[in-house]
Amino acid sequence: MISTRFLICLVVMAGVTYLLRMLPIVVLRQKIKNRFILSFLHYIPVAVLSVMIVPSVFYASDSLISALVGFAAALILSFFEKSLIQVACAACAAVLVTEIIIRYI
Amino acid sequence: MQKNLFKKGITDGLAICIGYFSVSFAFGVFAVSNGLSVVEAVLISMTNLTSAGQLAAVPIICTGSGLIELALSQLVINSRYLFMSASLSQRLSSKMTVIQRLMVSFGNTDEIFAVAMSNGTQLEAQYMYGLILTPFLGWTIGTLAGAVAGNILPGIIVSALGVAIYGMLTAVVLPQIKKSKSMALCALIAIVLGCCFEYMPYLNGLPGGFAVIISAVAAALVMAAAAPVNVSEEGDICD
Repeated sequence: MISTRFLICLVVMAGVTYLLRMLPIVVLRQKIKNRFILSFLHYIPVAVLSVMIVPSVFYASDSLISALVGFAAALILSFFEKSLIQVACAACAAVLVTEIIIRYI
Repeated sequence: MQKNLFKKGITDGLAICIGYFSVSFAFGVFAVSNGLSVVEAVLISMTNLTSAGQLAAVPIICTGSGLIELALSQLVINSRYLFMSASLSQRLSSKMTVIQRLMVSFGNTDEIFAVAMSNGTQLEAQYMYGLILTPFLGWTIGTLAGAVAGNILPGIIVSALGVAIYGMLTAVVLPQIKKSKSMALCALIAIVLGCCFEYMPYLNGLPGGFAVIISAVAAALVMAAAAPVNVSEEGDICD
């Protein structure tokens, strides 16, 4: 059963996301030229994604050690610019192997 | 003519669709492992169609944090759409009605934006509908598959799949960091601040969503002041 709280959360997040996408397309038709705003915009995606990865990735699996091994695998393959799917699969495989070693050996 | 434009959109969206399936599969696994139901995970994907924002929202929803934190997290993480939509608005056909603009707005994701921007200056609504439809289906079906799989797979596999989404984010971010020292510094500042909010006494009382917002905004503000980008006469960023 879907709770009322969940539905409110859904409306809030979908609403905010939609407004951000919709308002400039419908209202604004001019280009932004302010250098500081453009710079802020330039940096915000990397800033957001970086802080979403670290430290949360340390708690992404059942143990800190396997999470660290998985993250290390992701970093190495990403450095060599492998595709998203390759990096994700390698990280998962590294975690799985580490977990098996921890549990059964 | 209009039917052909729709078809072209569908075809152009196919590559995005395949990529979205795998990312949203990981999101589905992530959502159910945090305690959401399959239906809830799919509803989030169908109404939001965005990866980073959804990923940030799940823990906020599941830990019962406040709606303001939820709204702010989406505002900051998805603020890039404000600028991408501003940019896309200049490329849409002048014949497009307000209703069509309202509909196209929904699907302005990073990848759809990138493909649309590479396809001319007078984008028609029919083309945009096609370009949005295939990735939307990939995103929805991928979430469903991941959420179902997350419920039936053994714990050790779910634990391993838990890092998939972080692996993908790493694959998105690291190449950008590698290319530019100021980007690397920006990431470093954000991460150091994020770790302070996680591990330092007093600071670690702050809910996770706020920690992400404050860290990211602070890092981007510092870098925008310290290393502003070069802007051309037309208002485009040039490296």
